[in-house]
Amino acid sequence: MTTQQQRSLRSSWDGFRGGLWRDEINVRDFIQQNYTPYEGDASFLAGPTERTTAVWKKITDLFPEERAKGVLDVSYDVPSTITAHPPGWIDRDKDLIVGLQTDAPLKRAIMPYGGWRMVAGALKTYGYPVSPELEKVFTEYRKTHNAGVFDAYTPDIRAARKAGIVTGLPDAYGRGRIIGDYRRVPLYGVDRLIAAKEEEKASLDAMPRDPDRLEEVIREREEVSEQIRALGELKTMAASYGHDVSGPASTGREAIQWLYFAYLAAVKEQNGAAMSLGRTSTFVDVYLQRDIDAGVLDESQAQELVDDFIIKLRIVRFLRTPEYDELFSGDPTWVTESIGGIGSDGRTLVTRTSFRYLQTLYNLGPAPEPNMTVFWSPALPQGFKDFCAQVSIDTSSLQYESDELMRPRFGDDTAIACCVSAMEVGKQMQFFGARVNLAKTLLYAINGGRDEKSGAQVGPATGAITAETLDYDEVVGRLDQQMEWLAETYVHALNVIHYMHDKYAYERLEMALHDRDIRRTMACGIAGLSVAADSLSAIKYARVTPVRDETGLVVDYRTEGEFPAYGNNDERPDAIAVWLVEEFMRKVRRHPTYRGAEHTQSVLTITSNVVYGKKTGNTPDGRRAGEPFSPGANPMNGRDTHGYVASALSVAKLPYEQAEDGVSLTNTITPDALGRTPEDRVRNLAGVLDGFVTCQGFHMNVNVLNRDTLVDAMEHPEKYPQLTVRVSGYAVNFVRLTREQQLDVLSRTFHGSL
Amino acid sequence: MSVIQPGALLPLVPVGADSPAEQAAASRDDGAVSGSVHSWDLSTGVDGPGTRFVCFLAGCPLACLYCHNPDTMQMRNGQRTTADEVVEEARKYVAFIRASGGGFTISGGEPLLQPDFAGEVLRRVHDELGLHTALDTSGFLGARASDRLLESVDLVLLDIKSWDRELYLRLTGQQLEPTLAFARRLAALRKEVWVRFVLVPGLTDPEENVEGVAAFAASLGNVTRVDVLPFHKLGAAKWAELGKKFTLADTPTPTAAQVAEARSIFASHGLNAV
Repeated sequence: MTTQQQRSLRSSWDGFRGGLWRDEINVRDFIQQNYTPYEGDASFLAGPTERTTAVWKKITDLFPEERAKGVLDVSYDVPSTITAHPPGWIDRDKDLIVGLQTDAPLKRAIMPYGGWRMVAGALKTYGYPVSPELEKVFTEYRKTHNAGVFDAYTPDIRAARKAGIVTGLPDAYGRGRIIGDYRRVPLYGVDRLIAAKEEEKASLDAMPRDPDRLEEVIREREEVSEQIRALGELKTMAASYGHDVSGPASTGREAIQWLYFAYLAAVKEQNGAAMSLGRTSTFVDVYLQRDIDAGVLDESQAQELVDDFIIKLRIVRFLRTPEYDELFSGDPTWVTESIGGIGSDGRTLVTRTSFRYLQTLYNLGPAPEPNMTVFWSPALPQGFKDFCAQVSIDTSSLQYESDELMRPRFGDDTAIACCVSAMEVGKQMQFFGARVNLAKTLLYAINGGRDEKSGAQVGPATGAITAETLDYDEVVGRLDQQMEWLAETYVHALNVIHYMHDKYAYERLEMALHDRDIRRTMACGIAGLSVAADSLSAIKYARVTPVRDETGLVVDYRTEGEFPAYGNNDERPDAIAVWLVEEFMRKVRRHPTYRGAEHTQSVLTITSNVVYGKKTGNTPDGRRAGEPFSPGANPMNGRDTHGYVASALSVAKLPYEQAEDGVSLTNTITPDALGRTPEDRVRNLAGVLDGFVTCQGFHMNVNVLNRDTLVDAMEHPEKYPQLTVRVSGYAVNFVRLTREQQLDVLSRTFHGSL
Repeated sequence: MSVIQPGALLPLVPVGADSPAEQAAASRDDGAVSGSVHSWDLSTGVDGPGTRFVCFLAGCPLACLYCHNPDTMQMRNGQRTTADEVVEEARKYVAFIRASGGGFTISGGEPLLQPDFAGEVLRRVHDELGLHTALDTSGFLGARASDRLLESVDLVLLDIKSWDRELYLRLTGQQLEPTLAFARRLAALRKEVWVRFVLVPGLTDPEENVEGVAAFAASLGNVTRVDVLPFHKLGAAKWAELGKKFTLADTPTPTAAQVAEARSIFASHGLNAV
């Protein structure tokens, strides 16, 4: 470090306490030494300034055209990099926090490293020219992730993928779910980070004696070099906006700006399925509080900076194909921000800026992004609990995850990537693995590995069950065989995908904001859990007779008698669901993973439960072919007959340690089902969250809305441009869903009360 | 084929005893107290404070015109269930309810139609599970609630359906006086009470009727809250299912202004009306 750098560090850090974080890259230590927990209520918050409202209006005025066309505009001939686009503004005179992905707001960039076909397909769909030069570059000269993956896929993987028993794999798009520790840039400045990376690289200089380590070390040296290059580009990009981020931020405004530049560089470089922000509010609070204490910032100005930052996060856009949007619902970016929680020392991590982030949902109106995620603990201050509950009731724009389950496993500087994936910021990443379809797997067990829709032999030929009525033990035995095959095929596919992603679409900037040695997880997932559990319950407790076509393929089921359904806190079906989760995890763990990643899984579908349902035939629980699955770990629509608490407690039985990538529950409640007065509703919702977390529940989306509102929004989308609904892990603009998805949201249990 | 419906997780034995005498005779079976249970549910903020396990007993001596649970009127529509079974089901929710600040509500139907059973369930939930308990009742059979039963009750949700005696009779088919007597007894016991009053336009909404209930409630001294419940017609389908006529099908639901007006009458007596 030069003397000049040291001087700049000293003045930027003026007033901060503690030492460890000064000597090493350690944002958590900085936060712990310097943050001010806030135990009060929301009464201090400020509304939007005129400037904020004017800037936000410029954006919302563009939404109708974007909605009508699918995209507002595309920078169709410039492959995006950190520095590829000249600077752009929403309003050059009014922007407080600057920076856009391209040179204009809502104008999307192309990112071909994930795969050229996705880019070309999207450009054609939206009527933009496909540059022949770029096509030549990315098909002849420069291989993409997508091309690499398909070179290495096995016939088995291809067949499983085609049948839809393994779906949504990140083999044609960016995997995402990696959170750079963007806070490092404001705290240390880029030069210090580069210096640290140079040291890391030097630590890899010695040629390893162990032949097994050879490739690993070479790969790491190349990766660190790329990281350093990306950090340099970050400086160049910031400079184009007139900011020098080589040193640390000196003010609250600079801290937010530097933080945003770091994030912006990531979303200029990667079109990841989820591009999450991390856990930034309490970090930012240290800077805002220092300025407020110094008398150079007041509450309104602090809020205005946060509002402007959030506006930028709301307009992150990626160019994707309609099929992708159908799978993921709407146009998600999962700019997930994790808020609240309790520190390891017992102090709450809630600060005034945690409130300020939530306040943007009033100042700018409700919105799906950034994906505001509250780390809930019964130990949170009541003022914060009440404000969260109020915001949920007013905007349906929050999701909740159990701080009590995450803190002991990942520490207190953990953030959620995407919807429910916890990771320690800057120290952990995941290999996103989408999910397998368990309901379909059950049908394969009955049909001896033949696909119930195509008749093709996809799974192992274990022989079709020929009994007149299904026997539970026989079905479970066959299911075990199909799951064994599925787990192996699935992990094999994920290994191929992540090998190629590292090779052809490496997240240079995001990984530059990680430590050298990180924990990696292989994030597997399951869909159709409730359908599979209810089907097995039907086979066990009722009488299920298969209906076969002329080829002997079972295409339907006649189910007579009653059976208990998952979602009523009834041990009989719930134990089946728990067994499915544990058993699939056990099978996944048997297979080696790329880069030694730890196996995890999620029970999460986002809204792809509609697409998975479409690809799955009739099931023994009475669900008809093509009917949507319930989202995430939710019980099937309408089968949870004892109210949402019973339903939530069934879901809470799924063991987190066997699904550490998250278990997702979506609850849709009408306001009157929370209490008769506004005060009751707030207190009762906070109580429900306390109860859920106490009973080991992990995640809950809370939608508080009226059915009438949704019906009206389907008919008059123009009246509800900002209507937000939370579905399995993230929020979407209701009016941007397909009609089919809207109907699915409507048919989901409305937990009203009489 | 069907998915098991609410309550059906409990044994599926029909209960035929409808008269109190028969009920009393039937309520002891193999030493375990049993009763006729319609269903159970978890609700938040509508059956007492917080999130509550609500056990609906079957059978009611009243036949309210606006009843939204007419399927609970007949005791034979319930399932014979032991107190053990109810307590075991509720036990699954104790951790949740404690953390969320809720409790257990026994409702109906009219729980005091089965006082032995209701009393046993309340006693065990209150003493064994340690939950806050509420008794949701019209008060018409209040005389059957023993002091022992009331000791196991932390809160009484007391429906006073009308002050006008004639209207009460027309609405419910029964007399008002037993409810008032029960209310006075609860006041003497200093038992916390939430009064519930269903506002039905054209029936219960005349000012002097609301005023009468309000003045009476205020005179008791143990009424901490009054729920003014706007009449709704969401139970109409249940009447149709039972093949009975829902006579208020054409009665409008009250406007927000009408509800506010009724609440202000209660508030003018110093009551916490919501």
